[in-house]
Amino acid sequence: MRGLRARVRGAIQPRAWILVLCLAVAAVTTPAVAVQPDEIMQDPALEARAREISKGLRCLVCRNENIDDSNADLARDLRLLVRERLSAGDSDAEVVDYITERYGEYVLLKPLTGGANWLLWAAGPLLLLGGAGLAIVYIRRRGRASVAAEGALSPEEQARLDEILKD
Amino acid sequence: MFAELGHFALILAFAVAILQAVVPLYGAAKRNAGLMALAEPAANAQFLLIAFSFAALMHAFITSDFSLSLVTGNSHSLKPLLYKITGVWGNHEGSMLLWSLIVALFGAAVAWFGHQLPETLKARVIAVQGMIGAAFLAFLLFTSNPFLRLAVPPLDGNDLNPLLQDPGLAFHPPFLYLGYVGLSMSFSFAVAALIEGRVDAAWGRWVRPWTLAAWMFLTVGIALGSWWAYYELGWGGFWFWDPVENASFMPWLIAAALLHSAIVVEKREALKAWTILLAIIAFGFSLTGAFITRSGIITSVHAFANDPERGVFLLLILAVFMGGALTLFTFRAESLASRGVFSLVSRESALVLNNLLLAVAAFVVFIGTVWPLVIELASDNATWDLTLFTIPNPFYAVGLFDQPRKLSVGAPFFDLAFTPFMVILALVLPIGAMLPWKRAKLGRILRQLWPAAALALAVLLLAWAMQTGRSALGPVGLGLGTWLVAGAVRDLWSRTGRGTGRLGRLRRLPRADWGKATAHAGLGITMAGIAAMTAWQVEDILVVQEGDSFELAGYTVTLDGVSEVEGPNYRSTVGEVTLSKDGDEIAQMRPEKRFYPVARMPTTEAALDNGFLRDIYVVIGDPQDGGGWAMRSYYKPLANWIWGGAILMALGGALSLSDRRFRVAAGARKAPVAGVPAE
Repeated sequence: MRGLRARVRGAIQPRAWILVLCLAVAAVTTPAVAVQPDEIMQDPALEARAREISKGLRCLVCRNENIDDSNADLARDLRLLVRERLSAGDSDAEVVDYITERYGEYVLLKPLTGGANWLLWAAGPLLLLGGAGLAIVYIRRRGRASVAAEGALSPEEQARLDEILKD
Repeated sequence: MFAELGHFALILAFAVAILQAVVPLYGAAKRNAGLMALAEPAANAQFLLIAFSFAALMHAFITSDFSLSLVTGNSHSLKPLLYKITGVWGNHEGSMLLWSLIVALFGAAVAWFGHQLPETLKARVIAVQGMIGAAFLAFLLFTSNPFLRLAVPPLDGNDLNPLLQDPGLAFHPPFLYLGYVGLSMSFSFAVAALIEGRVDAAWGRWVRPWTLAAWMFLTVGIALGSWWAYYELGWGGFWFWDPVENASFMPWLIAAALLHSAIVVEKREALKAWTILLAIIAFGFSLTGAFITRSGIITSVHAFANDPERGVFLLLILAVFMGGALTLFTFRAESLASRGVFSLVSRESALVLNNLLLAVAAFVVFIGTVWPLVIELASDNATWDLTLFTIPNPFYAVGLFDQPRKLSVGAPFFDLAFTPFMVILALVLPIGAMLPWKRAKLGRILRQLWPAAALALAVLLLAWAMQTGRSALGPVGLGLGTWLVAGAVRDLWSRTGRGTGRLGRLRRLPRADWGKATAHAGLGITMAGIAAMTAWQVEDILVVQEGDSFELAGYTVTLDGVSEVEGPNYRSTVGEVTLSKDGDEIAQMRPEKRFYPVARMPTTEAALDNGFLRDIYVVIGDPQDGGGWAMRSYYKPLANWIWGGAILMALGGALSLSDRRFRVAAGARKAPVAGVPAE
């Protein structure tokens, strides 16, 4: 029952990744399914960080897929790049900055907060506050409305209502 | 021959739809019973003609008539019959024909079931439905004709995208379209009511079943799509916040808000203008969804600009219907005064809060979906070319942009920006659901709910203590789920009154009460499933030699062997996997990697061992150079709760729909209103 784990992870040294990168670009024949065993890093802590970073980076040739889930070769290249930077000792933020510098803001699945994007991030809370304000005004008005108004159905309306509501 | 007849029927249907849109509307304005009476036969004729056209297209697919361009592009003679049939809507033209068929079906359904509606309202509803039908038939005929012939038919077709050759996805579009288009009924009722100038309790009762039905279909459609993604895409993701998914989720959220606010209109004659507005917006989001999925605009603004015909047409439909309805709304909203009086703590207020949260959540999804587009368009150039003259880009002038900006909005944004609204919704839902109408005492309800709250808190703390990591997501999700389920149970129980015989009374409670509790509990179960699976799934990616085993979250997975298998229209690499625990075999699993030679596409077919508390999910990958196979395996706790909860939500809708008060209202033939002769 002993699980003989033939993990290939770590078989490739960080320095050799540049070579792998070039090979991966050349070898576009076999479709790979997202993260491959040979990409996984030996240090589980580093690997976990790599996975977390990968989930926030866009596969540039896919439609709305992160590089962690993507089968594209370019996504694999980026996954390897992330791991290369991590094993070179970069912090998570440094890795993301490194990649953003090369591929642009487009690569970030979590948009930055700067510039026009403040509106994107603030839209939900602002709308909730505004909507809550309007709702309270409406509810208070309903609370103050005279009870007489509620009963104010014209006779034919009342008749029609009774007809419809009698089950 | 059939194809030409189908095409001809479609043209006739277009003509009928125009009649249906114009004549009853004019008749209702002039109180001319004869003209209004045209509505029903026109709706029936439009439906039958499109149904015939649809059948003709299906015939072409089943008989593999490759002289039709559409069949050549999307079918293959070796494709299994089921997928020949579902291939009819597995493409743009066919799916829009299905869309038109469903628009006509709902129009005809008003003719079949709408006997209790006042003559003028019925005529107007059918007329508005006719307008929608005419718009989409024009779209089909002028931009997306499914019946185009090829001058030289090929020997065989290009096959349907293999990812679509799957039962989950085969039936995903019809349900989704029944939902999208079902919301056209709420829209037609809203516009007809605006033209009539009256919205009353009866209107609330009439519009609610249609909204409920549309929402149920959307729920099932979205759940099917998500379930498909889960088992088909190879890593068990179930929701990606993809624009196409968001396109279906926005109308779902608004429909959920609408079917709650329609209750307030029906029971309390309040929130009228808001409900009308929601009905308009709900269908607006449906149309937006059609635009997003069908125009290609989300893939790239430039892809859209290269082939803008379809996109512009859909945008025009969206603009005309939304612009028209909203203009009508601004003129008539004034006359839709609320009658019901209620205080701050009441069922009415709780439903206002429900609507606020759902509407804001839908808007957050909307802004996140269109934001990349907005930014790209706004920052594209330093000057704007308005054909006649160019002006400087005002955003550049105020310094918001200094160069073209292209950005992405993905799952991390939606997780952060959307989830809080759902958490608040889940927190207040059980309390709001138990508040009485008009005026309530919060303390009384809280005293009734404290056992549910205590149970939820206990589950949360237990989950927190038992988990290995320090993630808040899992425990909070389980706690909220428990709170919703226990709250629903408490709500039902509190409706049985006091004293003996409560169980008997529980059984005899109106179906609507059962439906409400079932749907709310379903929401809790879905939330718990999503949280647990996201927080606690275990993944392993490794190379396995044939005959070797590995451990996964306490289970043992053994790769017994790998073989090559020939399918009807694919080749497959099949792994033979044994799943066992503590030496006892639990299941034999067969993960596959398929290759479809005609479409030249590989697909993964994950093997799943479904359980109540967990799924084991195994995928076989590529053979490795040093021997062995890449394998991905997952332990996914509470995975099935996600879709189980969705099914419960839909079931709750169905129970509510079968409530006596809708059945009676739907079946009762009312004496014709004085002054209007019977048909």
